[in-house]
Amino acid sequence: MSKPLKQIHLAAHFPGVNNTTVWSDPKAGSHIEFSSFAHFARTAERAKFDFLFLAEGLRLREQGGKIYDLDVVGRPDTFTVLAALAAVTEHLGLTGTINSTFNEPYEVARQFASLDHLSGGRSAWNVVTSWDAFTGENFRRGGFLPQEERYSRAKEFLATANELFDSWHGDEILADQVTGTFLRDAKAGAFVHTGQHFDIQGQFNVPRSPQGRPVIFQAGDSDEGREFAASDADAIFSRYATLKEGQAFYADVKNRLAKYGRRPDQLLILPAATFVLGDTDAEAEERAREVRRRQVSGATALKHLEFVWNRDLSSYDPDGPLPDIDPDLADHHISRGRAQVRMYRDPLATAREWRERAAANNWSIRDLVIETGNRQNFVGSPETVARTINDFVQADASDGFILVPHITPGGLDVFADKVVPLLQEQGVFRTEYEGRTLRDHLGLAHPDDVRGDVRSERVAS
Amino acid sequence: MSSAPSSPLHLAVALDGTGWHPASWREPVARPRDLFAAGYWADLVAEAERGLLDFVTFEDGLGLQSSHFLEPDGRTDQVRGRLDAVLLAARIAPLTRHIGLVPTTVVTHTEPFHISKAIATLDYVSTGRAGLRVQITARPNEAAHFGRRTIPPIDTYDSPVVTGLFDEAADYVEVVRRLWDSWEDDAEIRDAATGRFIDRDKLHYIDFEGRHFSVKGPSITPRPPQGQPVVTALAHQTVPYRLVARQADIGYVTPHDAGQARAIVAEIRAEQEAAGRADEPLHVFGDLVVFLDDDPAAATARRERLNALAGSPYTSDARIFTGTPSQLADLLQELQSAGLSGFRLRPAVLGHDLPAITRGLVPELQRRGAFRRAYEADTLRGLLGLARPANRYSPKLSASLEPGGTPTASTAVTA
Repeated sequence: MSKPLKQIHLAAHFPGVNNTTVWSDPKAGSHIEFSSFAHFARTAERAKFDFLFLAEGLRLREQGGKIYDLDVVGRPDTFTVLAALAAVTEHLGLTGTINSTFNEPYEVARQFASLDHLSGGRSAWNVVTSWDAFTGENFRRGGFLPQEERYSRAKEFLATANELFDSWHGDEILADQVTGTFLRDAKAGAFVHTGQHFDIQGQFNVPRSPQGRPVIFQAGDSDEGREFAASDADAIFSRYATLKEGQAFYADVKNRLAKYGRRPDQLLILPAATFVLGDTDAEAEERAREVRRRQVSGATALKHLEFVWNRDLSSYDPDGPLPDIDPDLADHHISRGRAQVRMYRDPLATAREWRERAAANNWSIRDLVIETGNRQNFVGSPETVARTINDFVQADASDGFILVPHITPGGLDVFADKVVPLLQEQGVFRTEYEGRTLRDHLGLAHPDDVRGDVRSERVAS
Repeated sequence: MSSAPSSPLHLAVALDGTGWHPASWREPVARPRDLFAAGYWADLVAEAERGLLDFVTFEDGLGLQSSHFLEPDGRTDQVRGRLDAVLLAARIAPLTRHIGLVPTTVVTHTEPFHISKAIATLDYVSTGRAGLRVQITARPNEAAHFGRRTIPPIDTYDSPVVTGLFDEAADYVEVVRRLWDSWEDDAEIRDAATGRFIDRDKLHYIDFEGRHFSVKGPSITPRPPQGQPVVTALAHQTVPYRLVARQADIGYVTPHDAGQARAIVAEIRAEQEAAGRADEPLHVFGDLVVFLDDDPAAATARRERLNALAGSPYTSDARIFTGTPSQLADLLQELQSAGLSGFRLRPAVLGHDLPAITRGLVPELQRRGAFRRAYEADTLRGLLGLARPANRYSPKLSASLEPGGTPTASTAVTA
């Protein structure tokens, strides 16, 4: 090959609170006990993964005015469980989704700087935005943002947090027991930020952490989101895990980097991806069909149809035909706290298309939801899956994947045991960790080096 | 909780930097360059657990430490900078088995929703050993770190501003506690027949509306292993005593002798009765700074040496004890007879005085039959003799709350 092989980055997404997760499987364990998180993290570290990923949602989802009860409900506090996982792993990166709307920069910067110290430089922050008053009802700051302001707040939030991270340079703590000088500079951590969303000043109280700043992830897909990623993020948690879409997204985002003075290798594209393995491709396909049926029960199918119809469809038979009535186009949506419903921008057209497809294929409501919903991204024997993943990465559809198993916490084990060794044999995935920090794993420079500063000796280990 | 003089007492240690004396970091035994590494804290908590202590607390703050009451001091000769206490406690949790972990949270600028799920999660990662110490801040410079409110200047501890901040703290704890109860213990049903993961009738909106904020609920985190993790607060005056009486499981107080201890306990009990909590267990712990050596002269010399390094004698809100483990045991038992059920000791130098507690004081108390010889429970509530509380929203206590319904008769605290 003329071009050297790209090294693949792999991460593990703890199964989430949506119907991807098959909680009804006899092997499915707790979603809240720490032992599940520890098992999952240890598997990821055993497989030499780059990092573990946690999502977040700050209000329980509702549909039809009631708490949605068909998926996993309940999860731990992101920061707290990541700090605990730092105690049971040595190398694995720890990525947390933290909202920039319902937090303040000083507090979040303290938490990430602390997590980075406590993990020896393994923290990462998936910066997400939110604007809904529904979630805001859980917060004293209440309030919410006009949708158009969410990225301006997120950008300023991140910029402010970076000012706080950078307010210590790493050489302030002398701790000279003989002379009695602890701090070299009384102004350590001093900052002033004046902006549209934040007007704060004072002194930050967490010294420079091993990575300087946490690795920054961005997950939004809009044009604004892509610009935000191109200007500010180290990695994108993307949704495009098919070859063609992935390549288009990859090229689009990487092409935006130059205008911010950044190189293509300074932003990693890491789509979320599900997988089903079998001894043979045929066995895996059969298993994948079964998993999809379990992911979409009759009750779940009706609820998912309601995302489009925006009406109570509980009187319909999930094994029967689609509703004749049209979607309700009212502003108030039947589903709250779920980003997915915004994908259906023209419910009448979607309903019409789905009715046609169901009629043509003789599909019931449940069949339709199974067929139009997300298919698993990688289905096949370990050989097939390893080859496909490698092909995607070498073809610039991504720089790796954030894998989402459908079983908690053991769903990653088989991937670690069967697929990772094949990728290692092909020379495209590490056999040992080469560095200590998440930046090392991801091939990202320390922020001091990026800025061309003299890299000073850092205090923390 | 009146205690006979010979009944066991409870012991906690307050961890902060290299110790509570501002020159503690200059002692050879101190490790001031390790303060931001997990290993340093893991070693300290392991030592505390070796001594069978009930729990450790972790100090915290939303600004640099200061020797001044209300503003930064600009000093460079003392430890400055600290890690987030909740994350620190969580980092230590998987490395320990029995000891309780009680981080400090400043309630004035933080979100009760976030802290409720953080402490619930600390309870999960420690399998039932989490607590919380709530603290207010009236420092204008810390308010400026958030830029969301200004705190009017105060001149005395009983200023109306401070009273307001403590009232807000009581609301905050009420929200934290309601959120812990917002899931009934058996809410997760995983009913394959109906496809329901939870019984949503066992999740509850808390619908808290107070003077300072409103919070809807339910929590995103299921009810923690202890049901209600242990809530604690330090108190020096009537207003914070009232917070302790209304909302805490443990109050830390700072009597300088048995007479003061008796008076403080009486005041807290009266406030407890006024709050309608007379029947609920509430520990009152004495806070003491300790310099411990086997030779009392050595302890005094050490204190004087540190004072000389610091440039001025160390003063504290708490009584400063200097002496031998045996003398300290005498004092603790005397204060215990005045109504305190335990103590939170603040080691002057952690590297010296923490092992002096675990290897000197603890064996002395054990010889007197005044301290445990093995951990007798798996949870912090268990160590403290606190039962796992019933859920305020469970049908036995109140009518079940339908989503969208109105709040039920829980202990409403309105300011």
